[in-house]
Amino acid sequence: MALIGTTVPARAQTPTLKIGVLTDLSGPYKDIAGPVAVACVRQALEDFGVAGKGMNVEVVSADHQNKADIGVSVVKQWIDRDGVDMITEVANSGVGLAVAGVAREKNKVYLNCGAATSDLTGVQCNPNTIHWVYDTYMLAKSTGSALVKAGGSSWYFITADYAFGKALLRDTSQFITAAGGKVLGSATYPFPGTTDFSSFLIEAQASGAKVLGLASAGADTINQIKQAQEFGLKMTVAGLLVFISDIHALGLDAAKGLVLTSSFYWDHDDRTRAFSNRLKPKAPSVRPTMVQAGTYSATLHYLKVAAAMGVAQAKADGAATVERMKAMPTDDDAFGPGSIRADGRCLHPSFLWQVKTPAESRGPWDYYKLLDTTPANQAFRPLGEGGCALVKA
Amino acid sequence: MSISSRTQTDIDRAAGEAAPVVPKAGSMFGFSRTQAIAFAIMVLLVVLCPWVLYPVFLMKVLCFALFACAFNLLIGYVGLLSFGHAAFFGMGSYITAWTVKHWGLSAEVAIILGGLTGAALGLVLGWLAIRRQGLYFAMITLALAQMVYFFCLQAPFTGGEDGIQQVPRSSLFGLLPLDRDMAIYWLVAFVFLAGFLFIHRVVHSPFGQVLKAIRENEPRATSLGYRTDDYKLIAFTLSCTLAGIAGGTKALVFGIATLTDVHYSMSGEVVLMTLLGGLGTIFGPVVGALVVTAMENYLAQFGAWVTVTQGAIFILCVLFFRKGIVGTVGGWFRLEL
Repeated sequence: MALIGTTVPARAQTPTLKIGVLTDLSGPYKDIAGPVAVACVRQALEDFGVAGKGMNVEVVSADHQNKADIGVSVVKQWIDRDGVDMITEVANSGVGLAVAGVAREKNKVYLNCGAATSDLTGVQCNPNTIHWVYDTYMLAKSTGSALVKAGGSSWYFITADYAFGKALLRDTSQFITAAGGKVLGSATYPFPGTTDFSSFLIEAQASGAKVLGLASAGADTINQIKQAQEFGLKMTVAGLLVFISDIHALGLDAAKGLVLTSSFYWDHDDRTRAFSNRLKPKAPSVRPTMVQAGTYSATLHYLKVAAAMGVAQAKADGAATVERMKAMPTDDDAFGPGSIRADGRCLHPSFLWQVKTPAESRGPWDYYKLLDTTPANQAFRPLGEGGCALVKA
Repeated sequence: MSISSRTQTDIDRAAGEAAPVVPKAGSMFGFSRTQAIAFAIMVLLVVLCPWVLYPVFLMKVLCFALFACAFNLLIGYVGLLSFGHAAFFGMGSYITAWTVKHWGLSAEVAIILGGLTGAALGLVLGWLAIRRQGLYFAMITLALAQMVYFFCLQAPFTGGEDGIQQVPRSSLFGLLPLDRDMAIYWLVAFVFLAGFLFIHRVVHSPFGQVLKAIRENEPRATSLGYRTDDYKLIAFTLSCTLAGIAGGTKALVFGIATLTDVHYSMSGEVVLMTLLGGLGTIFGPVVGALVVTAMENYLAQFGAWVTVTQGAIFILCVLFFRKGIVGTVGGWFRLEL
């Protein structure tokens, strides 16, 4: 009772900063983002020490159910009725892009972590949006060029027949060729709804390529990895968009040897381990994916800037807050030092990992070994090539 | 024996249906007294609610309510279960979004274009689908709608899985800007009420009587000299037109058109709305749309419970509200809503 009494005057003095985590809490992206992403945002509040700095920060979360209209109405309601100032996470490109439009219209801050589309910092960029973790360009570049350097000189692709798959195929092929590798062929499978990939795997095997590239995502990729293992495929399998939660679900027997790109791995260095261990009480059974760690990193940076410019000002003008966020270098335990570019792209190194064999792994979640690092200044699409209007200005 | 008893019930039903509706049709736009009162209450709610509830949410309810009413025109009055209505809803929303964004059309023209898209698509797909009845009809519409979905996934103009984004709300007649939520709300409310009245008028016209006759007994309607296929095709096209209008309106409200709108789960959702509200009742789909949209909207804050709750409510409805909410509640008070 006494405690409540003492916090009331503080709340009356400083306005409350509200963070909305819009994510997938019930569908296919639940494990890569979902409840753990919300936990990561709370962890950022704790690590920043909002209470000690006299700030009031509230976190709300909602399930966008992977429908853009639900995402838009939730975010509009958050902003208009509940006074939410910053929206983060938002896996699913369709929802992610739609929310960017709302953030701009209402002049709020939008830190996307879960969407893959590079349009967020390209043709559809806006002054209220920062794209934090990864995009299709970064996945293609890291997996394509770094793996060729590591000896994967000839490739065969299994591609999902929709824009995301085709973009990955196109971009990755470009980087492979540029790095001196060869693309021997690609099999396109109907999306969605394909579950049997055996004929594609046989084609891949017959091509004689060293690497099998999986230009797909989610359940399809998991099925392909499993079936490649069952077929005893003698190729290095490279998943273009695979998360550690997928590896955990697959098990090392099925996933061993798989090569993938991720900008975060919990056991990478002392700082990432420290962050992941701090998160442990909030999410005891899992280690965070790069998307979840990204919501931590993004929220922490936002809090730093909001504290520096004053909460009232941060609430008043989202674009100005984002401007300040771009000016201040980022640094946190999950992503290390980094920066944010004019087009809203957050820059940090990307890592190429290989999944350990069961013999190499010391236990659950000890899954990756590092193959190669693409430095931050090379990991993402060059500033001028995205077609973002903010760059010319 | 069985034939004669069935014929007797058919006659009873036909007589029972014709008696209350026809004499009053001229007097109150086809509404019975209770229906007229219910309609007045609905109009009042549509006008008053935006001051109490969040307008964007209400607009979504109204768009889905129109969609569900359009669907109900088919299942409730012709007995055709279309499992592909998302195709017309979604294409309507794509066309409206695209024409507003790239041609800068004014809102009403874009919505009408959305409706015409639904109509054209409905005419073609319906022409194929109405040749079969029952489950086969449902499966054919589902298959055709999946083809439309595939087209939307692949066609460059739809933006694939990203959808058409940041569509401006445009203006009404090129004069009144619709950027404010309340401004566009009145447009949406008008579209919904006009569509609702149109459907009601269709159902209570001589044409609507023939549709009901087809629903009750198609061979008999044929034997009476009606070309049932023509009637079914017209009803199907009308329903698709309204679905397209609903989709186009929704695209303007949210400024987006995405694959969600053409996905088969959207077809399922409209079936759910109609069943939940009450099949073949004029207010049922509206109530169903309200319940389903409210669940999606308000349960979003409770994490993973949206789908679980939706499922539970659906099961409860099937078990205890066999005629849907409006059908059952109306039955308690002996009202035909």
